[in-house]
Amino acid sequence: MNVLLDNLDIFVTGFRNTLIMFVCAGLIALVLGTIVGTFRVSPVAPMRALGTVYVNIVRNTPLTLIFFFFAFGYPKLGLPRASYLVLAIIALSLYTATYVAEALRSGINTVPLGQTEAARAIGLTFGQSMTLVVLPQAFRAIVPPLMNVFIALLKNTTIAAGFSVADAGAIRAYLSERGEPQLVVLLWVALIFVLLVALLSWAQRALEKKWRLAR
Amino acid sequence: MSSVLFDAPGPRARRRQVVIGAITLIVVAAILGFIVYRFAVTGQFSAQKWSIFGYQKVWSDIAGALGRTLAAFALAGVLSLVLGFILAMGRLSDHAVVRVPVMLVTELFRAIPLLILIMLFYYGLPTIGIRWSPYAAVVAGLTLYNGAVFAEIFRAGVESLPKGQREAGMAIGLRKGQLMRMILLPQAVRAMLPIIVAQLVVVLKDTALGFIVTYQELLYLAKFYGTQLQYGSPIIPSAIVMGSIYIALCLILAGVAKMLEVRLRGGRKPRGGGKRPQSPAMASTGTSVMNLSNPAGGAQA
Repeated sequence: MNVLLDNLDIFVTGFRNTLIMFVCAGLIALVLGTIVGTFRVSPVAPMRALGTVYVNIVRNTPLTLIFFFFAFGYPKLGLPRASYLVLAIIALSLYTATYVAEALRSGINTVPLGQTEAARAIGLTFGQSMTLVVLPQAFRAIVPPLMNVFIALLKNTTIAAGFSVADAGAIRAYLSERGEPQLVVLLWVALIFVLLVALLSWAQRALEKKWRLAR
Repeated sequence: MSSVLFDAPGPRARRRQVVIGAITLIVVAAILGFIVYRFAVTGQFSAQKWSIFGYQKVWSDIAGALGRTLAAFALAGVLSLVLGFILAMGRLSDHAVVRVPVMLVTELFRAIPLLILIMLFYYGLPTIGIRWSPYAAVVAGLTLYNGAVFAEIFRAGVESLPKGQREAGMAIGLRKGQLMRMILLPQAVRAMLPIIVAQLVVVLKDTALGFIVTYQELLYLAKFYGTQLQYGSPIIPSAIVMGSIYIALCLILAGVAKMLEVRLRGGRKPRGGGKRPQSPAMASTGTSVMNLSNPAGGAQA
């Protein structure tokens, strides 16, 4: 307990950075993933191809490699300087967006045929039938898989610790300089993550119950 | 191409789609072009930065790093499958004394970030006197995390089987172990094979985490070459080279998963008809209900 209380400053900073990355990357990934998911079912062939290629390539790339590109490669390109935190958020968003897109695509498949047929029958365009009819239903159906994606995102934020972001994964490095026993530090970090994941799982069950579709 | 989501396009819609398609292509080309342009202006394509990849020694080192990546993947893959089997058996046990602790352990390892798990082995345990090599730490972390995931996959596979399978096994007097070994698991593994291989892709991808605990795999080597000053610190060229190797490996494995899924789906279709009375002669073949009444399914056996 002392290890946690004596170094509360580092623990708070670390988990604050983790949560910042989680929230920002989660929101960006949700938006980007929705766009890519829509691309994948779009009537326009180049859009479908783009969505498929993006999802297949990025999903089969280790997240560490994406971080590697952004943390070490980006500063060499002479573009506007960005902090490591921002670069980590971009890397996490690009990676997580593919999982959101895949979850969404499976959700779109669960929307009954009659719904889309009805939407087309009353003359809605592809964009209208997606935004007004299909996506609202698809999102409800994919609450559980989508929350799993976000739980994975929360855990993935720790990888940023290897790329100069002072997040929860980096707490160990800071506290080993203060001479704290690393095993105890890491067990505390693990425990906090277990609690955060439990919180998200609880939210998952609550949302699932609230938004369940009577079908 | 038509889909349930949109009508077959008429002449006007087709023209519009060509325009939107062209715009998409232009935007993509512009983004890619900009990246390549930035690479070019900052000299990422200069001969100096790529010359390091002209040495045979470098490529034999890359082969060694690739070997270490694959060694971690292979051992972690096998061990996590074994652990997954054990944990799945525990979770499916009839005794709450076994079931509940195993469930807690599975949930625990799934909730801890893999990197923290690897760090626990690499940085944490040495403080109480148990030293781990980076290789052992990476394999141990991957095994615990993916073992828990595999346990869930196997359990889902067993629970997705038709109830009649278990009942029939019990009716002919099999013990619980025999029932699991001879009837349920073979079918569950078969049904879950695409997911199992897809999870193996995750294991392969996650070996890259070894980079952070100084396991000398591909990314570690990429960082090492990327900081060689006499070659102009070619971090982007080396990331491109190592990244291509990683992505190619994962794509191949993912392709296998996709292939298995397509082949299994071909065999799984008649499963909805599982409630139909099956001819006893066919049911006694014992392989699975999935490829009965489907000649194409026979090819998989």
